[in-house]
Amino acid sequence: MTSSEQALARDASSADAGPGSLTGEPGPARGAQGRGTTPAPSSWRSRLYRWDMKASPYAFISPFFIIFGAFSLVPLLYTAWYSLHNVQLSSLDTQTWAGLDNYKNLFTSDFFWNALKNTFSIGVISTVPQLIAALWLAHMLNYRLRGSVVWRVVVLTPYATSVAAATLVFVLLFSPDTGMVNWLLDLVGMDPVNWRESDWGSQFAVSSIVIWRWTGYNALIYLAAMQAIPADLYESAALDGANRWKQFRHVTIPMLRPTILFTVVVSTIGATQLFGEPLLFGGVSGTKGGSEHQYQTLGLYMYDQGWIVGNLGKASAIAWSMFLILLVIAAINLLITRRLRKTQ
Amino acid sequence: MTTITDVTPVPAPAPAPPGPKRRGMGAGKQLHAGPVTYAVLVLFAVISLAPLVWTAIAASRTNTRLAQTPPPFWFGGNLFKNLQTAWEQASMGTAMLNSVIVASTITIGTVVFSTLAGFAFAKLKFRFSSTLLLMTIGTMMIPPQLAVVPLYLWMSDLGWSNQLQTVILPTLVSAFGTFFMRQYLVQALPTELIEAARVDGASSLRVVWHVVFPAARPAMAVLGLLTFVMAWNDFLWPIIALNQENPTVQVALNSLGTGYIPDDSVIMAGALLGTLPLLIAFLLFGKQIVGGIMQGAVKG
Repeated sequence: MTSSEQALARDASSADAGPGSLTGEPGPARGAQGRGTTPAPSSWRSRLYRWDMKASPYAFISPFFIIFGAFSLVPLLYTAWYSLHNVQLSSLDTQTWAGLDNYKNLFTSDFFWNALKNTFSIGVISTVPQLIAALWLAHMLNYRLRGSVVWRVVVLTPYATSVAAATLVFVLLFSPDTGMVNWLLDLVGMDPVNWRESDWGSQFAVSSIVIWRWTGYNALIYLAAMQAIPADLYESAALDGANRWKQFRHVTIPMLRPTILFTVVVSTIGATQLFGEPLLFGGVSGTKGGSEHQYQTLGLYMYDQGWIVGNLGKASAIAWSMFLILLVIAAINLLITRRLRKTQ
Repeated sequence: MTTITDVTPVPAPAPAPPGPKRRGMGAGKQLHAGPVTYAVLVLFAVISLAPLVWTAIAASRTNTRLAQTPPPFWFGGNLFKNLQTAWEQASMGTAMLNSVIVASTITIGTVVFSTLAGFAFAKLKFRFSSTLLLMTIGTMMIPPQLAVVPLYLWMSDLGWSNQLQTVILPTLVSAFGTFFMRQYLVQALPTELIEAARVDGASSLRVVWHVVFPAARPAMAVLGLLTFVMAWNDFLWPIIALNQENPTVQVALNSLGTGYIPDDSVIMAGALLGTLPLLIAFLLFGKQIVGGIMQGAVKG
């Protein structure tokens, strides 16, 4: 997994041993336990108390595990089961064994590979500029600013906008005939782009919605990490004659590396699941990802196959394929993290 | 991060780099921003806000005016008519009410359950606690798509299609929330306080009510705000689970946007309606939300 999650792991395992943890076990006589060892006022009470100490941690964590188990973990396994069956939306009661047919159909379908390719390319053109812009923005927000809180709130505003609302606006802004974007392009003397039909144009338009909504969020994460960099590092860099750019390059970026890796992973996971933006960007032809499937992502393909075509078995196979792709990405990331740590 | 929520990137805060906890650049040695920095920041601010402002402008115009170039840059007089049409066409009244119910229930559930579990992981000793915490964190990797087909089938079997509990139940707990509260309580809740309550013979529930909840209140508020934003904006599962007769705001907007007779000014009015409650909340609590994201990022 990610470097940060490893950090979490270390943190988590040290937690129990830490001085902050309370013992539920007898241990040094404390509280009612101490009372219980002397002639007990009422022994059922101390027994109840001991039982309370033992059981309550499990009671406190059980809602998470019960609900998560019932609505995520068990379904995850059932999705695998359904992916090996023929399950049609029109006749839910008859589910027949299909073996690997769903997967075979998937891997021989041009639409699947097209969706995979689109997911990848939209992922790259939405994630890379977004994180670079976020880094730049965070760097500027880290200066001593007038009204620093106001700036932070303003750049985070898109985060409060829903996928649906944001996409509907961007559809109009990117309208090929009357949209604001083409009008601006015309102003600076450039040819209009067909943001609906062209391959890269439509993918760029879809990506811009993602970039708009998430840049500020990532900037705040970077800003938090930047503020934790000790000032002496900058002072000694300045003494060595490093200008602002060199300080950014040789102090800020290396210190931020774990955070950057974290945002890369999280954005990648998000990009793999991209769904709402292309769906609404396409309007009536939304689930197809445009007239020529130009921006049909895997998430969209799953929804289309499952709930428009009505083949839930195939949709399950798509879901599991997405999961496997995510695991591969996580593995690659782990390798890169290890390599980076070694070279440090 | 719960499973069904957040289809779109990121919501989990960055568990931060293990490193010095001391504030560096924040401690008064910061460089002052120059005019260029301010200029670029203004540009970022304009890009952040312009689409929202323009939504309001477009919602106040007629469809014919939107179909002309150049696009309108100032408000027209059709706002209330468009809002009314959107309200009726997309059953926005039901949608808003449903979204309020769904998002509030999810928020309360997530905050309470996360605080309980976070407290257990932060301050109580029990077998397998570190393994269970690791499992909790690991579940953040599971994408929501993986649960959707079985959930859809089961909810249909239960006769729960198109009912709000279908959307609420799977999202009622959050791995991210649990971890967020644990990180907060490790530091913010003095162990002596719990011990003192124990000495007085307090049961675990009393400790939770009288010691943990008061100590956790600031983090609960932040987690609540973040959860509400996420739940209000959730998209994938609601549009599968609910139909146009009983929509949440996002489902209603989806049906407006994919309608066959698109009236752009009405669509923009719908988008405005669906965003307004959150924008108002953001105006009121933006500072706390910003603080929450930054805090989640730093407390590794």
